[in-house]
Amino acid sequence: MKADQTLDCMGFYCPMPIVKTAEKIKKLKTGEVLEVVADDKGIKLDMPAWAKATGHEFLGMEEKGGEIKVYVKKTHD
Amino acid sequence: MADKEKMCIALFSGELDKALAAFMLATAGASMGMEVKIFFTFWGLNVMKRNEGSIKSKGLMRKMLNIMNRGGSKRLKLSKFHMAGMGTWMIKRLMKEINMPSVEEFIVMAHEMGVKLIPCSTTCGLMGVEQEAFRPEAEPLAGAAYFLAESSKSKVTLFI
Repeated sequence: MKADQTLDCMGFYCPMPIVKTAEKIKKLKTGEVLEVVADDKGIKLDMPAWAKATGHEFLGMEEKGGEIKVYVKKTHD
Repeated sequence: MADKEKMCIALFSGELDKALAAFMLATAGASMGMEVKIFFTFWGLNVMKRNEGSIKSKGLMRKMLNIMNRGGSKRLKLSKFHMAGMGTWMIKRLMKEINMPSVEEFIVMAHEMGVKLIPCSTTCGLMGVEQEAFRPEAEPLAGAAYFLAESSKSKVTLFI
């Protein structure tokens, strides 16, 4: 999936990936896609929940080896 | 979005592990756009005491209490397996290994994210500590009525 920006959360556990995501998403423009790369399996359920709570759009994820890539589209400021 | 969802945590415990649990949920909630408040009561006050200097209080018993129960984010012990400091030291090392913030870092981070950190006035009175005992991130002291009023407006309330 194509993303406008990437956030590296490798080696970080909950709640750091969503804390960093919340910080990072502020720097994107509405409509842009953020890719978060993480290895904490918790992110697979945390990121959809975070997107639902904040109103951003969860686009999906890709998992390869131990690396999980999740995609979120910024839908509002 | 409509009104922000609210979350209230009463942190009664002053141990490292329990403080971590409170701050993980608080920062996660804040990152999800929730308005989060942590009320520190009883031993939980220790989490918000400043790390430096001595803590003033009046009367022999309260003075003794504040020496034995000094508190400060860097002095917290594990609720289990403290083992004269060895267990706590090990957990702190393991936390670092997985990039987990320390309680100290969590306090600063939570504060920056807008989490309100509120010491309870009654237990402050009981233990003889005042606002000056707490770090600058602490909000003005508040009582049970304020906690309950906030809690009744919150979808999530936790007692740790």
